Amino acid sequence: MNDILIKFIIASGTIGTMFGVAGFLTWVERKQSAVMQDRIGANRATIFGFKALGLFHAIADVLKMLSKEEFIPQGANKFLFNLAPYLSVTFALVGFAAIPIGNQLVISGKVIELQAANLNIALIFIFAMMSMGVYGVVLGGFSSNNNYAFLGGMRGAAQMIAYEITMGAAIMGVIMVYNTLDLQMLVRGQGDYMLGGWLPKWGIFCQPLSFVLFLTAATAETKRTPFDLPEGESEIIGYFVEYSGMKFGMFFMADLVETVLVSALMTTLFLGGWQIPYLHPDGFHFPWGGMIAMSNWPVAALGVVAFFVKLSVFIWLLMAVRWTLPRFRYDQLMNLGWKILLPASLINIALTAIVMTLLRQTHG
Amino acid sequence: MDNPIEKRRLELEKYFDAKSPFALLRVAQMKRAWKHKNRRELTWWENTYIPTVVTGIHLTSKHFFHNLNLHILHLFGLCKDQKAAVTYQYPEQPRPLSARTRTRHRLTKREDGSPRCVACMMCETVCPARCIEITAGEHPDPNIEKFPQKFVLDLGKCVYCGFCVEVCPEDAIRMDTGKLNTAEYSRESMIYDKKRLMDE
Repeated sequence: MNDILIKFIIASGTIGTMFGVAGFLTWVERKQSAVMQDRIGANRATIFGFKALGLFHAIADVLKMLSKEEFIPQGANKFLFNLAPYLSVTFALVGFAAIPIGNQLVISGKVIELQAANLNIALIFIFAMMSMGVYGVVLGGFSSNNNYAFLGGMRGAAQMIAYEITMGAAIMGVIMVYNTLDLQMLVRGQGDYMLGGWLPKWGIFCQPLSFVLFLTAATAETKRTPFDLPEGESEIIGYFVEYSGMKFGMFFMADLVETVLVSALMTTLFLGGWQIPYLHPDGFHFPWGGMIAMSNWPVAALGVVAFFVKLSVFIWLLMAVRWTLPRFRYDQLMNLGWKILLPASLINIALTAIVMTLLRQTHG
Repeated sequence: MDNPIEKRRLELEKYFDAKSPFALLRVAQMKRAWKHKNRRELTWWENTYIPTVVTGIHLTSKHFFHNLNLHILHLFGLCKDQKAAVTYQYPEQPRPLSARTRTRHRLTKREDGSPRCVACMMCETVCPARCIEITAGEHPDPNIEKFPQKFVLDLGKCVYCGFCVEVCPEDAIRMDTGKLNTAEYSRESMIYDKKRLMDE
């Protein structure tokens, strides 16, 4: 009973926090783009005269969307039309279950992993859920009875399938290095050190090419600029052209939730998840000698903080990319996906295999 | 023949006759062809998009961190002379107008508060939009002769050309109120009478 309660708390905490972060991103997106472009950004929504840097705009947006008419176009497949946004959001959110947000916590001799679902196939689970996300896009486009929406849905399907392959092939290198699919084990594996104990053995240092490929493919997976062809707001409005009110809001949220999910995944795979350099379960051990002893609770708390700091770095990067680069042309998108990224990721697998074999030979 | 300009001229003459109606079209075509022929092929490294992506993100993040630092300093009341944003917060903070900008009209007054206008009908005559309507009346002072019993200006019709100001012999109408946001809920309230033109 206690186990179920603890799992429930961790699961709802993780998913609630991530959903909150995604809601917060609507504000971050506006403000970051504004500051980048020498503007001020949304600052008009006030509650009792308090502006709070425009934070209330997120609430105002949600209220607006909830109070708008839910329009279902004539000739649309009503069931699929209503289902599509829920699929989009659900599959984006479910992926967080397998992300480890911290190391273990010990409460009265009981070890609790700070991960909602302690799966030994966590990575495959997340990838499965992310590929299910394409159903929301395709169904939304297909069931709207609108040619533009259909075109957007088709574009989305082609793009996401093309880039999912690269994404899968890019993390093969990481899996080979750490020799596990369990994300918690993968993060623990990144607690080792290279170069005589100075450089943490993080994915970004072991697999730099894989990191670049994964970053690109993951940006494409979130369907945001420069890969926003399913949306393409200046030509076709995209797969959600017929959606209004909160159903449009759910598609919008799904995009942001996917941004958070992809950032969390990159943190876990390449930046050592909750690892802090030189922090071991009993405190800091510095390679230049000396240590700071710490008990279990502060170490676990520091791990969670580190995870969220790294997460926000990646979110910042994805936002910066989104507000810097223009959209790809469709042929450029397909060329990049199939002719550059996929071969590069395959080369990365081969290189990793060769280097690992050589290292094993030399180290015996 | 070694002169490059001469060479270019001869080359051009081969392709088109300057008298031909298609000459301009032909020049445009040639320019395009020249551009196409001399376009530099992207190198392998440039084709990976990495250099341009890195340059672009470097540029935008430079702006981001510079402005963010200024915003944070402004919170503590420092560096107020450097602006972190180039925008104006419009309704509260209007954009500075040039002294010559033609804005909403006003009727100037004499020392006793009556309008300076002598109802000469110059502005009504010159107005290209026909938005001014004056009804003249006899002024008690024989030196002034006339005054406007009614002076109606329809801002819904006005094109802000400023001819009325130019033509006025008495400097009675000016366009220097600095008000540009004439927005009303009905066409009737866009019609300004003498009182509104003098006091608002």
